[in-house]
Amino acid sequence: MSTHDHSEEHHTGLRVYGAVCLTLFVLTAVTVYITKFDFGDMNIVVAMIIASIKAGIVALYFMHLKFEDKLTWIYALYPLFLLFLLIGFTIIETFTRVPVIR
Amino acid sequence: MANGVMTQTQYIPYLAQKGLKSWILTTDHKRIGILYLVTISFFFMIGGLTALGMRYELMTPELDFFRSTTEYNVAFTLHGSLMVFFFIVPGIAASFGNFLLPLMIGARDVAFPRINLLSFWIYLAGTAILLFALMQPADTGWTFYTPYSIQTGAKVIMITLGVFVLGFSSILTGMNFIVTIHKLRAPGMTWSRLPLFIWASYATAILQLLATPVVGITLLLLIAERAFDIGFFDPAKGGDPILFQNFFWFYSHPAVYIMIIPAFGIISEIIPVFARKPIFGYKAIAYSSFAIAIISFFVWMHHMFVSGISETAAAIFSFLTMLVAIPTAIKVFNWIATLYKGSIEFHSSMLYALSFIVLFTIGGLTGVYLGALAIDVHLHDTYFIVAHMHYVMIGGTVMGFFGGLHFWYQKWFGKVFNELTAKAAWFLVFVGFNVTFFPQFFMGFQGMPRRYATYPAEYISYHAISTYGSWILGLGILIMTVNLLLPLMKKSNYPKSSNPYGSLSLEWQVPSPPPHENFDKIPTVTDWTYSYGKNRSEANAKK
Repeated sequence: MSTHDHSEEHHTGLRVYGAVCLTLFVLTAVTVYITKFDFGDMNIVVAMIIASIKAGIVALYFMHLKFEDKLTWIYALYPLFLLFLLIGFTIIETFTRVPVIR
Repeated sequence: MANGVMTQTQYIPYLAQKGLKSWILTTDHKRIGILYLVTISFFFMIGGLTALGMRYELMTPELDFFRSTTEYNVAFTLHGSLMVFFFIVPGIAASFGNFLLPLMIGARDVAFPRINLLSFWIYLAGTAILLFALMQPADTGWTFYTPYSIQTGAKVIMITLGVFVLGFSSILTGMNFIVTIHKLRAPGMTWSRLPLFIWASYATAILQLLATPVVGITLLLLIAERAFDIGFFDPAKGGDPILFQNFFWFYSHPAVYIMIIPAFGIISEIIPVFARKPIFGYKAIAYSSFAIAIISFFVWMHHMFVSGISETAAAIFSFLTMLVAIPTAIKVFNWIATLYKGSIEFHSSMLYALSFIVLFTIGGLTGVYLGALAIDVHLHDTYFIVAHMHYVMIGGTVMGFFGGLHFWYQKWFGKVFNELTAKAAWFLVFVGFNVTFFPQFFMGFQGMPRRYATYPAEYISYHAISTYGSWILGLGILIMTVNLLLPLMKKSNYPKSSNPYGSLSLEWQVPSPPPHENFDKIPTVTDWTYSYGKNRSEANAKK
């Protein structure tokens, strides 16, 4: 376990953190602003895309993923694959159900 | 196999420090392992007593032991919840994992000792919440299926909150073990020299880390559904009760492997020692743990074939379920190949390991039956499932647990038990287990449903045999428990040797019980762990 300052090691200065913070504020504003528009079924998709970009930025910079080794990347990305698996198969199951005739 | 290990006389054992504080604030992985061992064993006993009560009720077709069918439902909910959440999920992974992992890789402790203690206290907090909630009878079963879990008057929010908290303990333990295995291996302890128990612990840790959050979120959704009436799972509000089952089993099927993979690891340690042969197919066994961990995420809907899921999804998952048999069979065949022409010693731990192979194979093969879609439709929710599940969980995990307890008993406590009594207890456990659960395959095939307190008279002989078996099994476990507890109360029964079985694994190269920080000097590993019965460099080259 290294004890030295990680921000020094990764050359992530205050400017980068400031830019990331500003981006997050801007994307939050965009999330609020787009609620004025109706994208129909795509409403949730648009909101989730913006939220995913924000989560990605936080993981990359605030959680230092950008500077980590391959193994950490595997551990970070594998849950996304699992999420894809869970949602993907659940959607396949839901959309292939035979409708109940009443 | 290593340089830098200690002799018997130079050290203070980790058990030397006395007093409550030395236990509740300990960051020593071995003591934390003991804390888990004592706690899970206690809940195993309570869960076992509820099972005996249920079996006694089922001696006759009428309701005679419990006062109502609801009481019976409460008993099986308590049995399932205690055994699954308190005993078998944390079971081997937390108790044996904590005790053995640093010792086996040549480390002084886990990577984050304080987080390790925190894991234990979170586990205790979760059990306290869950037990408090279960004081008011709950009848949901351990699966909390919607819509019943939304409608019942039981304290479902408290129960699920308890399970949610327990999940954090599992996640932190998994994270700690992964970092420990990556960062704290002794010099020379390469991945290809790693003991198979460590490979198994690593695969388990991945499942704990990645699958547990899913059940946490699922239970939060259930809490939100009950507390705020949102409608995630209620069709009347646009929800879908099957969605709950999808989320629940996405965790709970991998959780089956959290329960069983550490037992695979124990069996892989015991067999080569008592067969005096190098383990056959080392890499295949190691990698198959990972294959199981990965495939386990692809099979969850086989628990839901009759719940109303689409036929397309059911067919896909029936096929995918068959895949998990491959890495599991790889392990079984390699253990048998290790035994082949071995110089086998029937130590009590070896008897449990051999029982594991037989019983787990029965459990696994009946699982293949259930993975086959058409057969599952007939057998679902019958006693066939109960028998299959117990052949995997008791025949597999618990046999591995008992085997490990007998194998590392001297290492844990620095005492010896009576071997003859241990063998007698094994005999009763093996016979009692089979008499209890084998008839359940037959009555399940004939249509006897699970979770019923009363039943048609035609099943009485199967149920009676099963109940007699549970008494034999209970007696065996009682004798085993007394046999293991008695030496701890005596000021004798010290072992003659710190490595009585001639194991080559690193934990046996330190005294029993081990010193506080395991190694005087971090050892340098120079050899493979399983070079039994032959020239070690030759074994190294062949592995």
